Amino acid sequence: MSLLEVRNLSVRFGAAQVVHSVSFDIAPGEKFALVGESGSGKTVTALSVLKLNQDAHYEGRILLDGEDILPRGERQMRAVRGKEVAMIFQEPMTALNPLFTIGNQIAEGLMLHEGISAKAAALRTVELLEKVGIPEPQRRALAYPHQLSGGQRQRAMIAMALACKPKLLIADEPTTALDVTIKVQILELLNRLQREENMAVLMITHDLNLVRHFADRIGVMEKGRLIESGATSEVFSQPRESYTRVLLASQPQRLVQVLDGERPALLEAEHVRCTFDIRKGWFGNEPFVAVDDASLLLRPGETLGIVGESGSGKSTLGLALLRLSAAKVSGDIGFAGSNIGAMGESSVRPLRARMQVVFQDPFASLSPRRTIEQIVGEGLALHRPQLDAAAIRQSVMEALQEVGLSVDMLSRYPHEFSGGQRQRIAIARVLVLKPDLVLLDEPTSSLDVSVQQQVLSLLAALQQRHGMAYLFISHDLAVIRAMAHRVLVMKDGKVVESGSADAVLTQPAHAYTQKLLAAADYAEADR
Amino acid sequence: MNTVAPAPSISPGRRLWLRFRSDRRGYWSLVIFCMLFVLSLMAELISNDKPLVAHYNGELVFPIFHTYSEKKFGGDFDTPADYLDPFIRDRFKQNGNWAIYPPNHYHYDTLNYFAKAPNPAPPSSENWLGTDDRGRDVLARLLYGFRVSILLALALTVSGVILGVLAGAVQGYFAGKTDLFMQRFIEIWGSMPELYLLIIFSSIFQPSVLLLLVLLSLFGWMGLSDYVRADFLRNRHLEYVQAARALGLSNRQIIWRHVLPNSLTPVVTFLPFRMSAAILALASLDFLGLGVPPRTASLGELLAQGKNNLDAWWIALSTFVVLTVTLLLLTNIGDALRNAIDVRRRA
Repeated sequence: MSLLEVRNLSVRFGAAQVVHSVSFDIAPGEKFALVGESGSGKTVTALSVLKLNQDAHYEGRILLDGEDILPRGERQMRAVRGKEVAMIFQEPMTALNPLFTIGNQIAEGLMLHEGISAKAAALRTVELLEKVGIPEPQRRALAYPHQLSGGQRQRAMIAMALACKPKLLIADEPTTALDVTIKVQILELLNRLQREENMAVLMITHDLNLVRHFADRIGVMEKGRLIESGATSEVFSQPRESYTRVLLASQPQRLVQVLDGERPALLEAEHVRCTFDIRKGWFGNEPFVAVDDASLLLRPGETLGIVGESGSGKSTLGLALLRLSAAKVSGDIGFAGSNIGAMGESSVRPLRARMQVVFQDPFASLSPRRTIEQIVGEGLALHRPQLDAAAIRQSVMEALQEVGLSVDMLSRYPHEFSGGQRQRIAIARVLVLKPDLVLLDEPTSSLDVSVQQQVLSLLAALQQRHGMAYLFISHDLAVIRAMAHRVLVMKDGKVVESGSADAVLTQPAHAYTQKLLAAADYAEADR
Repeated sequence: MNTVAPAPSISPGRRLWLRFRSDRRGYWSLVIFCMLFVLSLMAELISNDKPLVAHYNGELVFPIFHTYSEKKFGGDFDTPADYLDPFIRDRFKQNGNWAIYPPNHYHYDTLNYFAKAPNPAPPSSENWLGTDDRGRDVLARLLYGFRVSILLALALTVSGVILGVLAGAVQGYFAGKTDLFMQRFIEIWGSMPELYLLIIFSSIFQPSVLLLLVLLSLFGWMGLSDYVRADFLRNRHLEYVQAARALGLSNRQIIWRHVLPNSLTPVVTFLPFRMSAAILALASLDFLGLGVPPRTASLGELLAQGKNNLDAWWIALSTFVVLTVTLLLLTNIGDALRNAIDVRRRA
């Protein structure tokens, strides 16, 4: 008998239907993964099992242990949540209450559902923390969420979910917010716990390759419909739907063109060091070194990939090279023959047209109160004062067409576009100035996998057409592998390895690079 | 990707207006408030002691624009004509002469020397809302007082917004030391006793509306600057500001084009509430006798009169109604505006 049976589940919010007649089963002890891009309804489907969607209207049946939970009231649902079905979330920092210790939050569920005393709950808490692999569990139980690292927080969340020995664990993108090396550890932990506790797991993710070694069965969702489901090996070897094939092929292909001949350096940086002042006491400052002694060289038309995990200083370095960082920067930065590291802000300004940035979050990088024409044309109006309004509009339209947008979008506002379209607009804003150097700061990491590939191809095509040099910052080795001629690996503010992409990514010399590669290859080990 | 139907684009400002209009109570409050304000701007044509236009001995005269001598209308002295004088009124009724009076026959400072009842007089067909203890028409004083209140409140709001946004923008955008010093300055400035200063200044200088406006605006901007500062502190770190900096825009251009339009939410939300606060502040100062110069019509001065003449219920009651309705309308507008700005609500 199935532990969970979802039959023709439809979910509506007001007039908008986001889940259309979805059916699937999960057997006891089975690992099932729901895969889909953002907006596919996968999270809403999972939350329906706990009836946690606000203002939602449900149709269909959800049978847990043979009993329909949809007609149940809030009071009865509370007995299910945490006890029968537990959940872990994507971002442990916001899912944990910052005002209580980890131990308190784990014990809360225990005392509520099992009715044991605070003392017994505290003992169980330490056991649970030990089980999820948190070192020094006695001490960590008294820690607040902000005192733990991202991986430890996610482990604490898992301990919290396991506290009452649930039959089903719902994991909503549990590794998306984590660095690659930690991602693998968390997946392995979930795998081990699932075996030990023999609980069923419903995993929600956008990354199909991630669940290859994890899930027994996979369901693929698109636009609120479950379009394909089956055993993992089946879905991977014989995908039935074209959409599944798109998701499977979302590992970016190598797009790099070989450069011929030696060229003079466009950007040359030596011994760059970035420090932030951290307040100590009332008057004292203590420097925090974000980037330590980084040197690099970039030639016209070339892509230099900067890889590292969060906090490795890669974005700080990138912004510092363009003189955009808030940090104190020392060292020599030469751009197109001028030493911009030593220049004042006003003398750098004319050079800004030649060095541009595309940011990670296309929702934050476009000013919401300006039209697309104003956004894209702003740089032209500033740097090419000789152009009149008609000429600026002409250039803006050409740039929009080049990034694959239609020109009737000129008078629209950013909120009317999807994430991928917005990122194209951000690229058009850069392109219209015909820069020599573009800093790409995680340009695809907030995009869906199928869109990511399109944006990468666009960037590669534009580079070949215009000969721009890219500084490509990413935490994703697959993206770097697709785009970079040369690679720089950063860890804790230091450059640990650099060289041509081929050399670094196939024969890494440094232990950290090897670890990164191993983690990235976890998903595609047996390809 | 290119197949999105070219729907007409709606700017964020326009969407705000559409959402505002969908709140019927707020929308109609705004309409009524605007009508009342326009009416009060035309107060001279509605409530005046001079005829709008008159025909006297074959000549068209415009007493509302020109001061005519009493002699011109057959009087004995070379003084400005008093059109409420029964003698003059009579002259306008003889041999084909005529005069068109405004609906209410009194200016705010008209003293009716020919009144039939002692002051303060209860409402009658002569004085629709009665007279105050000096014999001035209450309706006229309400109309003009309303106008003074609104104009002064508007001026105070505008000056407060300009100063507050400027201070908040500089603090929030530059942050660090600039912010630190300006915050301390604001704390010192804000701890000055405003009422004492008003009393001291009104005894040194000739009290005037302008003096009041200057003094009140010097202290009226601090609350707003805090909100603007907080929004600037948040917005300066967003990527579109970084992108603008990467384009090479100067600080002033970034503030003006990018940060300011996205930081105006608290300013817009607070506008109607600031207006009503200003009206109330003005009324209380006038009530205490520290506000506008004595002869000026003002709601606060009427309230004081109502308190001094409790048996003349028409003074206090009518002023109370006008003040309450004004504040209620502004609060309704403010509520609707606040809801309209909240983008989580749908129009």
